[in-house]
Amino acid sequence: MSGFEATAGRGDPNPIGYNRESGHRPHTAEHAAAGGVASKRIVVGYGFWIFLLSDIIMFSAFFATYAVLVGQTAGGPNGRELFDLRNTGIETACLLLSSFACGLASIGAQAHRGSWFYGAMAATFILGAAFIGLEVQEFVGLVARGAGPTRSAFLSAFFTLVGCHGLHVTAGLLWLLTMMAQVFAKGYRADILRRVLCFGLFWHFLDIVWVALFSMVYLMGATI
Amino acid sequence: MLGKLSWAAVPFDQPIPLVAAALVGVMIIGVLAWVTLKGWLPYLWREWITSVDHKRIGIMYTLLAMVMLLRGFSDAIMMRSQQALAFHSPGYLPPEHYDQIFSAHGTLMIFFVAMPFVIGLMNFVVPLQLGVRDVAFPTLNSVGFWLTATGALLVNISLVVGEFARTGWLPYPPLSEITYSPGVGVDYYLWALEISGVGTLLSGVNLVTTVLKMHAPGMTYMRMPMFCWTTLASNLLIVAAFPILTATLTMLLLDRYLGFHFFTNDAGGNVMMFMNLIWAWGHPEVYILILPAFGIFSEVISTFSRKPLFGYRSMVAATMAICILSFTVWLHHFFTMGAGADVNAIFGIASMIIAVPTGVKVFNWLFTMYGGRVVYSPPILWSIGFMVTFVIGGMTGVLLAVPPADFVLHNSLFLVAHFHNVIIGGVLFGAFAGYTYWFPKAFGFRLHEGLGKASFWCWLIGFYVAFMPLYVLGLMGMTRRMQHYDVAAWRPWLLIASGGAAIILVGIILQIAQLVVSIRRREALRDRTGDPWDGRSLEWATSSPPPAFNFAVPPRIDGEEAYWRMKQRERQQAKLGEEPPYTEIEMPRNSPTGFVCAFFATFMGFALIWHIWWIVALAALGAYATFVVFAWRDRHEYIVPAELVARIDRTNRHARGAALAGWRTAP
Repeated sequence: MSGFEATAGRGDPNPIGYNRESGHRPHTAEHAAAGGVASKRIVVGYGFWIFLLSDIIMFSAFFATYAVLVGQTAGGPNGRELFDLRNTGIETACLLLSSFACGLASIGAQAHRGSWFYGAMAATFILGAAFIGLEVQEFVGLVARGAGPTRSAFLSAFFTLVGCHGLHVTAGLLWLLTMMAQVFAKGYRADILRRVLCFGLFWHFLDIVWVALFSMVYLMGATI
Repeated sequence: MLGKLSWAAVPFDQPIPLVAAALVGVMIIGVLAWVTLKGWLPYLWREWITSVDHKRIGIMYTLLAMVMLLRGFSDAIMMRSQQALAFHSPGYLPPEHYDQIFSAHGTLMIFFVAMPFVIGLMNFVVPLQLGVRDVAFPTLNSVGFWLTATGALLVNISLVVGEFARTGWLPYPPLSEITYSPGVGVDYYLWALEISGVGTLLSGVNLVTTVLKMHAPGMTYMRMPMFCWTTLASNLLIVAAFPILTATLTMLLLDRYLGFHFFTNDAGGNVMMFMNLIWAWGHPEVYILILPAFGIFSEVISTFSRKPLFGYRSMVAATMAICILSFTVWLHHFFTMGAGADVNAIFGIASMIIAVPTGVKVFNWLFTMYGGRVVYSPPILWSIGFMVTFVIGGMTGVLLAVPPADFVLHNSLFLVAHFHNVIIGGVLFGAFAGYTYWFPKAFGFRLHEGLGKASFWCWLIGFYVAFMPLYVLGLMGMTRRMQHYDVAAWRPWLLIASGGAAIILVGIILQIAQLVVSIRRREALRDRTGDPWDGRSLEWATSSPPPAFNFAVPPRIDGEEAYWRMKQRERQQAKLGEEPPYTEIEMPRNSPTGFVCAFFATFMGFALIWHIWWIVALAALGAYATFVVFAWRDRHEYIVPAELVARIDRTNRHARGAALAGWRTAP
């Protein structure tokens, strides 16, 4: 490697760019954040947020598809004939209240208060399960009326978009029960609390998606 | 009981796939038997299969990519030879087989060669460059790798059980719908990519979090090496684009399995929506692959020109500009859709604009070399070969971005030549540059230089001989994916192209020889200090191969080119820095979660393809149980005692001290 030694230590003959500021000018805000590896709680929460963003993009693909196909009813029923705002209104109330209960559960976990945590988690579960029950009821009713997903492109997009959210809520319910069992078995360990944090983020995220879904699919669909 | 699966699924009447699969099967059994007889299985299980060390996972990703490169390249040889023979004749590959080959070639090369190669290099290098001990989520990293391996396995199983897609590497409907592709080929494609796509997404989340949140003290964003920046951009694209792929393939699956009407011809389905969605993922995907390669070239060119990277800030800006612009050009993949002149013009101009930051990068690399004392080692040969080749590929790309020209050249061999020009000349050359450059870091010895140079020249010349004729053929009107043809004027060019493939084959054989020879002569090629190229970034500040914990104490960074500064200081003072106070280190424990999870995913994918629903249910339960078992774990970390840390680091300091003394006395 004699070629290497020959020029070593001579520095850059064209000192533009990378080494322009070789002094110790502090990078202000960024500098403060550069004290080393962030804490586990921050890393886990941050990473989970990134994952949720990716999930939002998946939903946006289904939203876009729905927007393209909403008029393609192939002679079948459209949204105004099918959507029952009363039913979906109750669904929305269940989900929003479950999010509130989930927030209480997070506080309960932070405070290491067993009854508070389990009670709020149970309330979250019941409200979430009620939401899923109502959604399944709606789907079954639609299929019974001959308005299943194979009827038209509009209904394919509708069932996929709403069903994808429903599957997320179902997975969330399974996670919720697992979390309760875990807190019961392991107590409020730091790693368990980080998972409770992620579960909370996930549950609130499902709320956000539902708000968009309720507005775009049901409210707009039932009026236009 | 077994769904659609029966003995009829095995293609006993087709000798080529059967013989190939039998050979591969014999090789796999041979390797397994050898490993078992040598008693290496427990070691492999403990140290590799269950490893959550980012370096080992990175190496396994790279290995997967190289093995799949052999499979994908044998497909390429078959296509080239078929087209060389099939003038006024059916050739030796029947159409249904030929169609599977070009589909498998594209799928393998993009998803199971290029992707794992760049992800492997990012995984291996980025934590070292940032001066940290591991990625943000080590076990998730292992899950991501093994899910990718599951996808590769499923594609290869399709060789002997059933068939692969005959639709091209992107399954355009309506051809890919159940009406026109009733077999399992498209299902193999879809489930393999759904599963490996989850793996890729996990890896993207992991690396974004790592680059943004895991730093050695003082490593601010604007002090990160260029490769970390391109890794960040590439993984942001993964996070933003792969969910679109997942959603799109899910819609096609729903069409095929449950009779939905997303992309069907009837009931209001919209075929062109598939093209829009798949390319809204597909175009960012191109940059997911090329951006890490740009980062590798930046590191290599700077190191071997003995100069800091020229225009670091403009390079960062160009990288992030490409990251955003890559989402604004997808429609240029189907100008002929008929969206109208205005829409085509907007996307055409956007496509030309994206060439601007790329041009900035090329000039930055040139100016980095200008005035430097360039050492022509294989890594920089690959980089120079890249610059020449990629500029040609970029210019033909800008030509294709002109909608009227695109109407003429659409789906011709000109297009095929263009994207091979940028993917081989860009991504693959970058991956090879990175492989040669970081190999000593991974294994503690350098690769044989002479064989590396020989293989580079074979690849470079072979590439030009194989693909320049395809530009000519495209201009002559030959379309892609032809199983046979009757135009005499095309024949000579196709013969030349197959000659080029043969030269590339020699390049690949030389690469294998390089690996074998280097392993045999590893003592002579040993890298004792951990800094074989006189590097500038932090990965060279630790031993080769690095200890599990990477750095005995977290390095403190006070400027750009962290390691170069440390080294300069040491050289000026003619001694190493003070020995740091060693403390014990917590490292994540290995876990079989990734492997077990992928085991279930393989069964689940296979059962979904063949409609064996009870296996699907069992595998889903198994995957859930795996995660619960992992979540119930009580000990996540093990402790490396301070004495062991001290012993390992002192050995390396000793070697570095000797090297420093040698450097002083050198003339």
